[in-house]
Amino acid sequence: MTRPSVRESRDAASDVPRGERPRSLRRLAPPAMILAGALVIVGLSFLLPPFRNYQLATVGAYFCVTGGLTVLTGLNGQLSLGHGALMATGAYTFALAQNRWLSLPVSLVAAIVVTTVAGLVIGLAAARLRGPYLAGLTLAVAVVVPSVTSTFDEIFNSDQGLSVALDPPPGTIPVEQWQAWLCWAGALLSTSLLAVLVRGRFGRDLRAVRDDETAARLAGVDVARTQVAAFVVSAACAGLSGALFAVLAQSVSPGAFPLTLSLFLLMAIVIGGLGSLAGALGGAFLLVALPTLAQAVAEGTGSPRLEGNLALVIFGVVLVVVMLAAPGGLASIRFRRRRTS
Amino acid sequence: MSQFVYLSFDGLSRGAVYAAFALALVLIWRAARIVNFAQGAMAVAAVYAAYSVTAATGSYWLGFVVAIVAGLVLGVTVERVVMRFVDHSSPLNGVVVALGLVLVIQGVLGIVYGNEFRPVPTPFSRDAFEVGGVALLSRYDVFVFAAVGAVVLALTLLFTRTNVGLRMRAAAFAPDVSRLLGVPVGGMLTLGWALAAAAGSLAGILVIPTELGLHPTAMDGVFVAAFTAAVVGGLDSPIGAVAGGLVVGLLLSYVSGYLGATVAPMAVLLLLVVVLLGRPGGLFSTTTARTA
Amino acid sequence: MRRTATAFLAAAVLLTAACDGDTGSSGAATPGVTGTEVVVGTHMPLTGPAAAGYSKIAPATKAYFDFVNAGGGIHGRKISYTVKDDGYNPANTQQVVRELVLQDKVFAILGGLGTPTHTGVLDFLKTNRVPDLFVASGSRSWNQPDKYPGTFGFNPDYTVEGKVLGTYVKENHAGKKVCFLGQDDDFGRDSLAGITKILGPVAAEESYVTSNPNVGPQMGALKAAGCEVVLLATVPGFTALAIGTAAKIAFKPQFVVSNVGADPTTVGKALGAAAPLLEGVVAANYLPLTTDEASPWIQLFKKVNTEYNGNAEFDNNIVYGMAVAYLFVQALQAAGQDLTRDGIVAAVQKNGFQGPGLVPLRFSATDHAGYGGTQLTRIEGGKAVFFGSAYQTDDGDAPVAPYQGQAVAPPSNGIPQA
Repeated sequence: MTRPSVRESRDAASDVPRGERPRSLRRLAPPAMILAGALVIVGLSFLLPPFRNYQLATVGAYFCVTGGLTVLTGLNGQLSLGHGALMATGAYTFALAQNRWLSLPVSLVAAIVVTTVAGLVIGLAAARLRGPYLAGLTLAVAVVVPSVTSTFDEIFNSDQGLSVALDPPPGTIPVEQWQAWLCWAGALLSTSLLAVLVRGRFGRDLRAVRDDETAARLAGVDVARTQVAAFVVSAACAGLSGALFAVLAQSVSPGAFPLTLSLFLLMAIVIGGLGSLAGALGGAFLLVALPTLAQAVAEGTGSPRLEGNLALVIFGVVLVVVMLAAPGGLASIRFRRRRTS
Repeated sequence: MSQFVYLSFDGLSRGAVYAAFALALVLIWRAARIVNFAQGAMAVAAVYAAYSVTAATGSYWLGFVVAIVAGLVLGVTVERVVMRFVDHSSPLNGVVVALGLVLVIQGVLGIVYGNEFRPVPTPFSRDAFEVGGVALLSRYDVFVFAAVGAVVLALTLLFTRTNVGLRMRAAAFAPDVSRLLGVPVGGMLTLGWALAAAAGSLAGILVIPTELGLHPTAMDGVFVAAFTAAVVGGLDSPIGAVAGGLVVGLLLSYVSGYLGATVAPMAVLLLLVVVLLGRPGGLFSTTTARTA
Repeated sequence: MRRTATAFLAAAVLLTAACDGDTGSSGAATPGVTGTEVVVGTHMPLTGPAAAGYSKIAPATKAYFDFVNAGGGIHGRKISYTVKDDGYNPANTQQVVRELVLQDKVFAILGGLGTPTHTGVLDFLKTNRVPDLFVASGSRSWNQPDKYPGTFGFNPDYTVEGKVLGTYVKENHAGKKVCFLGQDDDFGRDSLAGITKILGPVAAEESYVTSNPNVGPQMGALKAAGCEVVLLATVPGFTALAIGTAAKIAFKPQFVVSNVGADPTTVGKALGAAAPLLEGVVAANYLPLTTDEASPWIQLFKKVNTEYNGNAEFDNNIVYGMAVAYLFVQALQAAGQDLTRDGIVAAVQKNGFQGPGLVPLRFSATDHAGYGGTQLTRIEGGKAVFFGSAYQTDDGDAPVAPYQGQAVAPPSNGIPQA
């Protein structure tokens, strides 16, 4: 049982100098990635019918949060069940700002800033906690959302939530196409920034802390600061994602950010392959595709009980099987991913 | 004053349930160093089994026994079929697998039973006795205290007075040495899971009739409260779990009564943060650091 | 980097492949309407905590359509009803309503359920000019003909109901201490607004949220305030919790309950052995009662339920689902052979529908609210029975007046004619 972890730490050790290697790539990659990604998305958005464009937009919005969560959990080893609550923070901030000033850029920035601050607060606590303690604390954060919206119901309007004022898209652009562009602009920007971050020194520190805190400390890494920074970065992404979901849903309410959402996000990054942004994209895609698929199957059988529930079962089974099939659990998934990339 | 008395008894009655559930979490934590996030879903599954039996036979008590047995069986199954094969080199793995199980169990229950709330009967009246115009507690509350008390007593005796209990403790604290001494470590682990799941099921069948009714997600809130209770008491301490359960029950009741029901989950979060950051070992534990 | 590109491509290919199926369905001028079929859709919670009870509505609606289809449909068209689960999650509602409108190309949305869920899709439905008929909620948001010309309610709104319940209390419990427990949203607030219009401020008001199933503290506070009459704007599960918890602390006021949370079957089941506590509870209803075997509407709906709904347990949700279906069929008949979206909206605004409801619908060019009143019921021997007359009013300052109109019976074949 101990063998995989030994192998893993050896790999991690050899990984540190490897991170230095593609210096030219590091400069080149993010702009190229944005450009390539933007071309694909714009192309797709003209090819696809409106409903598929809406789904494409949803994938983009999910990609923001799974990207950030990948950095936190995959690269830094901190498990968060509270990202649904962070998305809610972003979404509510966006809604309040939008209903007051009706300016998309202002509201998006406000959402990111407020969620980043929330992430800092949780991150400061999280840096002192490990494993199940951290999971439990973030779980309590995830379930506190309806309580907050009900207690301060004059601001958040309780379970019913707020509707979001939105300007129509510029010119004659169809709404769904506009949504796809917005969400993917956010997704590509945030994940490119993440890519730049994790390729540099910050990424090395993240992995060093994840693999062995003591060793990292000896090597001069400020463990607590690295952990808090990871939380802050991933919270900013979750805030942006939440704001984009508010754009998509034109409303925000606690029901849109249930505990299941946080569990689904975790599933997405585990199945996608922890620690890789491409995996985060795959996970975001699955979050949209799997329920649609399950719904189609359920409708085919004509049983109303299968609808919704079948998706839960599929998600759960896949999550458990992936964790068991990879002998080292998360660690070995990480290991294999890095090998092949 | 009468409000305070009522809230105290109401809180203790809920707290007893949290205590049983927290005890289940502590049992597994001590045996396997896993916080079983699937505990709530497993308990709900056991209560559904009881519900089916009670619906078919009309006997609450037969259902009650089935819930406990179903808990034992589920505990054994989850440990033998799933948890045994989880690599524990990272504490995250067990948590993620348990969360996967939550989704599977809730989805399957939804498919089999549908997503309606199903009312569950109580064996005793929930009307409170009154003393001098102040409502104290009901027959059902007395039953809850008795059931939880019996479980706590039985587990205490098991761990302190019996050979099996001693072996279980040995297997948990020094697996390699125990194995050399001929203790069936794997078997002890399975037994630990079975007992814990049964205790969780007991908590489930006690608390579900007092809320909206049986539903695949019926125990989510109880899980968070009980996890807090276990942390407050110290994850390593069974006595701490019981005390923590009562503390959380009282806190929730007072906060709901005096500040409003919607504030309660925030109070739980606050308590959790304060205990985790202020007294990392829990109030009843001797451990100093909170590293898993 | 290469992986990212691959993943992109894979996603693109999958998305494009997935959309192959939905290109060829247009052609007719009106989406969802062909010579032989009209497709309508809805969003409902079939899973999740809010699904309790509500998940029975859509199958009942569908069953009535199957009954109509077996008789040849309307104007030669069979009605096809697509039900999508949104789990009462507004984000899912967005997704499934878009799917219904953009992909399944439904003619109209019929009976979309829930205030927070449906509020989010009003703009989308307006932009796409989709008729949004008979929303299953008593919020006043559906009655904004200037802003949302295609949206219509069905239920009497919560304020109308609150005014009627308030009138009952004023006439029968004058001088008593009246209190209120309500859900912390439009339901509770609108209901309380109606009650206070008639009674003035209540002695004590408490609220609950569905995520916290412990109402002990609220009931304790109402008891401490010495309440003699307690009005409940609660969903069925919380009606049961409130009444059960009150008994637990020896608190026995007169309960007066909103129709939303008053179905004796559902509430009685939730109370279990404590169901006798429901005796004497006053509530309101605007549709025939499930236990009224003499009502020709109940006879019709029971027959449809047996033949087309797998004989599901007959409760208020079934009556509700079939009443919505009946009204939609009436609207289809009124809209005529040449069915268009504008046509059906005009037909609904013209109103004049006579159906199972005890009071008339309020529909007109300037009013899109549903039923304009309700009648009081009392639970006796485990069954709700009507007493007094039905009352009619609006959500403004109109008086609460008895409605004297005659009840109508359904046509002999059970299908409304043009």
